[in-house]
Amino acid sequence: MSNELLDIKKLETFFYTRAGIAKAVNGISLSVDKGEIVGIVGESGSGKSVTGFSIMGLVDPPGEIAGGSIKFKGEEIIGQTEEEWRSFRGAKVSMIFQDPMMTLNPVLRIDTQMIEAIRAHEKVSKKEARRRCVETLAMVGIPSPAERIKSYPHQFSGGMRQRVAIAIGLLNKPDLIIADEPTTALDVTIQGQILSEMQTLCRKTGMALIWITHDLTVIAGLAHKVAVMYAGKIIESGNVQEVLDEPLHPYTHGLIGSVPSRNKRGQPLYQIPGMTPSLINIPEGCSFRMRCPHADEICMKEPDETISDNGRMVRCHHPL
Amino acid sequence: MLAFLIRRISQSVMVLLVMSVLVFVGVFYIGNPIDILIAPDATPAEYARAVKELGLDKPMLDQYWIFLKDAVHGDLGNSFVYNEPALKLILQRMPATMELAVTAMLMAVFIGIPLGMLAGIKHDTMLGRSIMRFSILGFSLPTFWVGLMFIILFSVQLGWLPSGGRGTTVELLGVPVSFLTWDGIQHLILPAMNLALFKTSLAIRLSRAGVQENLQMDYVKFAKAKGLSNTRIIGLHVMKNIMIPVITVLGMEFGGLIAFAVVTETIFSWPGMGKLVIDSIGVLDRPVIVAYLLITVTMFIIINLLVDIIYSILDPRVRLGDHN
Repeated sequence: MSNELLDIKKLETFFYTRAGIAKAVNGISLSVDKGEIVGIVGESGSGKSVTGFSIMGLVDPPGEIAGGSIKFKGEEIIGQTEEEWRSFRGAKVSMIFQDPMMTLNPVLRIDTQMIEAIRAHEKVSKKEARRRCVETLAMVGIPSPAERIKSYPHQFSGGMRQRVAIAIGLLNKPDLIIADEPTTALDVTIQGQILSEMQTLCRKTGMALIWITHDLTVIAGLAHKVAVMYAGKIIESGNVQEVLDEPLHPYTHGLIGSVPSRNKRGQPLYQIPGMTPSLINIPEGCSFRMRCPHADEICMKEPDETISDNGRMVRCHHPL
Repeated sequence: MLAFLIRRISQSVMVLLVMSVLVFVGVFYIGNPIDILIAPDATPAEYARAVKELGLDKPMLDQYWIFLKDAVHGDLGNSFVYNEPALKLILQRMPATMELAVTAMLMAVFIGIPLGMLAGIKHDTMLGRSIMRFSILGFSLPTFWVGLMFIILFSVQLGWLPSGGRGTTVELLGVPVSFLTWDGIQHLILPAMNLALFKTSLAIRLSRAGVQENLQMDYVKFAKAKGLSNTRIIGLHVMKNIMIPVITVLGMEFGGLIAFAVVTETIFSWPGMGKLVIDSIGVLDRPVIVAYLLITVTMFIIINLLVDIIYSILDPRVRLGDHN
């Protein structure tokens, strides 16, 4: 049996707005193996969150999946019925969101919100469900979970709330968790704790993880594989160490250059000139060419994916 | 909680005191009730005696002092017209008004909230838009006009429902009520609908806005990501969140409903407090007017207190007495 869990091929998710069609995800291909941790990196508006929502079938109108395929364990999930989606979400793939202050319902107790997540997928008694919830809360590092489970969300700190959200994601032992910048809203120390716990959890449970972030440093220590997104496309992907050490795409290079580091103390940080293009009006050819120091005539033509033997992919006419 | 209650009650006493001064001064300057009460051909001697009998010859401050002393003992004075205690007159009429107001409120809650939620969920459909149009009508049409139209349509043209009165009443715990007899219910429907129309529209607007706002929230998306059904998301997660503002506003509006009943009671000759006070204003029956206003204010205060308590039960983030 193949080791492949998720296989996205030429996925297109477009938003049909009044101003025009915003191509938030514009033909991306990505695969995730069982137990693998994949980082998706990109600036705001590069389409990384929409990729996550597409996998969950949670793209809100006016957005919709316009083309491509998403196979989960070999089965196509695009075009599932609403009920198939419902039993898919939370059971096979879970998602954790950015802001833990907003993801939990403020007027329902934690136990209500956890037990319902189990009982949406399994016919178990409330007592049994509660026992599993307490167990999972302990697993994500909530102290005295049996008492704390009776609290309301506002009685938890931001970091604790995110742990609760992660616990909810874990409840049904999904094969894949999509984490959409779950540590962005947290303190750096809390971020570190949660990252290392997620890593341990993945190792223990054999669950795969897609970690969406704009923060390259997070990916560096966490992921096996990284995909860099720009204007709705993956412009570079591969083994995380190789990509970070030897970026092939000028955009990845620029991203790495703009991370503050010890070696560059006191010197001005590198900035990628210009801004991300509007998704409604993506320039023809390579979407990065307006900001690229290496751009020439050939970049007016859309570059194809070049895949090397070791699985490195880059979409550039002038790889570094 | 106890500190909260004590503080609220002492505040309420102050409000009642200030209110009584305002009302007393107000009705004092409206006009002289003797001119209306006494026969036009009365001699000056009879006139002077009547004034003295009602205590209207004393200066205003003395009158207020007497009123206040009696009020503390639960005596709000005798009606000039009926020569009966004003409080008793009002309390006799109160059940009728309360029955009308409660029925109207229940209609607003059980019709308005579901319709509003439906309009919020299906906001870009024909149904959603129709519900909103209905609520605009409910808001803008004057209550008295709608009441008259109801009578013309349902009573005069169609002859389905009676146009006025309470119908047959039976005693429930010593209080006469209409809603337990078929005849009483028939009498109750039109005035209650008339009174409920505005609040129903309000409930529709509040719940629609609440649903639309809440559906955008991350917690709804997270609930979907957990694999919950739409029924559970709307029926529990969203519902519990929108109930907080809806109950708060409708609760406070309940006081307004009792006050607004004046118009509806007049149109449908519903024998409630509102009709009594309109009649009393017509003949400048000061004690009844003052007593009515004081009772209404007291009811407002009690309702607001209850709303605050219910609010703290609904919203776990609110604890009474933590602030101020």
